[in-house]
Amino acid sequence: MKLTLKIWRQESPSAKGRLVAYPMDHVEGDMSFLELLDILNQSLIKKGEAPVAFDHDCREGICGSCGFMISGIAHGPQKLTTTCQLFMRQFKDGDTIVAEPFRSKAFPVIKDLVVDRSALDKIVQAGGFISARTGSGPDANAILIPKEKADKSMDAAACIGCGACIAACPNGSAMLFTSAKISHLGLLPQGQTERHQRALRMVSKMEELGFGACSNHGECEAVCPKGITLEFIARLNRDFLVASVVATKEAVKKV
Amino acid sequence: MAGMLAFYHTTVGKKIVMAVTGVMMFFWLLGHMVGNLQIFLGPDKINGYAHFLHGGAAEILVVVRTVMIIAVLLHILAAVQVTLANWAARPVGYSVKKDIETSYAARTMIWTGPLILIYLIYHLLMFTYLKVGPGISETDVYHNVVEAFQVPLISGIYIVAMIMLAFHLWHGAWSMLQTLGANHPKYNRLRKIVATGLSVIIAVGFVSVPVAVLLGFIR
Repeated sequence: MKLTLKIWRQESPSAKGRLVAYPMDHVEGDMSFLELLDILNQSLIKKGEAPVAFDHDCREGICGSCGFMISGIAHGPQKLTTTCQLFMRQFKDGDTIVAEPFRSKAFPVIKDLVVDRSALDKIVQAGGFISARTGSGPDANAILIPKEKADKSMDAAACIGCGACIAACPNGSAMLFTSAKISHLGLLPQGQTERHQRALRMVSKMEELGFGACSNHGECEAVCPKGITLEFIARLNRDFLVASVVATKEAVKKV
Repeated sequence: MAGMLAFYHTTVGKKIVMAVTGVMMFFWLLGHMVGNLQIFLGPDKINGYAHFLHGGAAEILVVVRTVMIIAVLLHILAAVQVTLANWAARPVGYSVKKDIETSYAARTMIWTGPLILIYLIYHLLMFTYLKVGPGISETDVYHNVVEAFQVPLISGIYIVAMIMLAFHLWHGAWSMLQTLGANHPKYNRLRKIVATGLSVIIAVGFVSVPVAVLLGFIR
């Protein structure tokens, strides 16, 4: 099939970007979106032009490196799918596809479709950890965890930090990401020690980085390739509210 | 105090303030609606209620009004601050953006809000301060309402305002539960049903009065 790709080209963080159209002939349904970009880049290199820069790593849908807006939807039209796992059979002959970088104040564009998502790492650094004792490994079942809680924690931990939730949010909010990181630890006994501190610190770091607020639109949940639900945002709100009421300054400082 | 400020400093805290003040305004609206519906029981009933509010319950009314004014101001302050933060969070927009899940009501919260505020001021000038509109009786509420709603333009503006209010409430009621952390897979379907039911009840309850006047049931 034949497609037209309209790709955001931006030389550098400070350069002015624009959409450039690339007609693509001989597109196979079994190509992934990134493979199509690989082919485009080969032809650009042959012509002596700069290839399109895009983030990718595993190409198995599990690392969270890839991702951009595909015709207005983060990771494209297929649900629960990262950009690398999106195949061209999802599109029709003659389609025009617009590829733009994730847009957020906290995600400055580095080049073309590549954005700097280190803001997400900063949120995790602010409190997305637990205190663990050193020494020999604990007995496997020394801490009993209800199966339901373990499953829910695992659901939250499925977040790969791709940033699609922020890109899709009309407010550019990082609540789904932050809530997943707060929840997967907060649901387990090991995560209780820093539970209040975690909620307070991660939320305040998220705000400081310039992400927007949650208006409960649900756009994040709709594009999340890992199926993280709004339930975790409610959990974040709950943890933050409780922590704000009960956590003393000393307790937050000390832990 | 420092803790409260730190809490309010975050958008999560501001949203919680909006949710709580929203609930207060919602309950106030329910009370107002029940008061209004007494118009169907005749002039004596609603005029008697108005008399009671300004006579026997005058002190309570002052307290309720003060609390509600504070709630309205906090709600507006938090909404404006959160919206400005949201707009600042995406300085460069998309050339193509598709919305998948969000609703018309959710996207227009920041516009239905101020429109309702403008209507509220007009409404207070008409029925509380008796500065605009045809009815100007200090004691006969029934007469004031009927006179005003017999003017199709006044009824029309009222009905449009109530529909906007229903939209605002529909997203607001559901969103409030989410913001206060009330989310559970077992009850999530119920949350949307309750939000829809409450908005419809409020809209139908308020709109029934001008409709009844226009149709001549109340004269």
